[in-house]
Amino acid sequence: MTQAATAVVRRQIIVEAPIERAFTVFTERFGDFKPPEHNLLGVAIAETVFEPKVGGHIYDRGVDGSECRWARVLAFEPPDRVVFSWDISPQWQIETEPDNTSEVEVQFIVETPQRTRVELEHRHIDRHGPGWQAVSDGVGHDQGWPLYLNRYAALFSEGS
Amino acid sequence: MGTYQAADGFDALGDPTRRAIVACLAERPRAVGELADELPISRPAVSQHLRVLKDAGLVTDHAAGTRRFYRLNPAGVAALRDQLETFWSRALNGYQDLIEQPDEEKS
Repeated sequence: MTQAATAVVRRQIIVEAPIERAFTVFTERFGDFKPPEHNLLGVAIAETVFEPKVGGHIYDRGVDGSECRWARVLAFEPPDRVVFSWDISPQWQIETEPDNTSEVEVQFIVETPQRTRVELEHRHIDRHGPGWQAVSDGVGHDQGWPLYLNRYAALFSEGS
Repeated sequence: MGTYQAADGFDALGDPTRRAIVACLAERPRAVGELADELPISRPAVSQHLRVLKDAGLVTDHAAGTRRFYRLNPAGVAALRDQLETFWSRALNGYQDLIEQPDEEKS
């Protein structure tokens, strides 16, 4: 497996803002800048809540009051760092098995008092399971599919 | 992706021998002969099952000398990575726009 080569996404960006503001905007207004297709609810999103504590969640609340918790906050260290899980499967459904989720770390680094570098690393993407995309493309949302997906996932845990 | 016929992956994993092959390949890539040695089926039978798995997009193969090695298809992880890379690029660009336009902040 070539997991190391493919299992990490790294992005960084410089923003013209002090580190405290960079951190606050990222966590308090996440819902205002995340791409709109990031929505696992069946309805439009009224708000996205980033609970500012370890053990909290990031969740979307729909206009009908429904909620979708798609991340667990693993580290919350203002204004330097935040880490959260990515509990979304390659099929864009909530992944309930923590072992099959990936992880996002965001670090805020002072460049100058008015400028902050934001480094994002989305790692352990392979935990979502090799080959799942190929399988899901062939199967779609068949009712019997989750059973096979679980069996398929079990194969990898047996091997490790 | 998206070129596989409906239910190919589903059917491919419905066979216990093919699941055994996938389990072997989950440990590491293997040549056809190695799979035949480990499983209670003939080499031609292994090849036939591998063809089904390959058609379903679950395994890929490559030649090394005179041998042909099979491995689980990493395209699923690669596709997910591409998807997430696009997602974060767009998110961070949106974040940058938002943070640098304080006048448009909503409260």
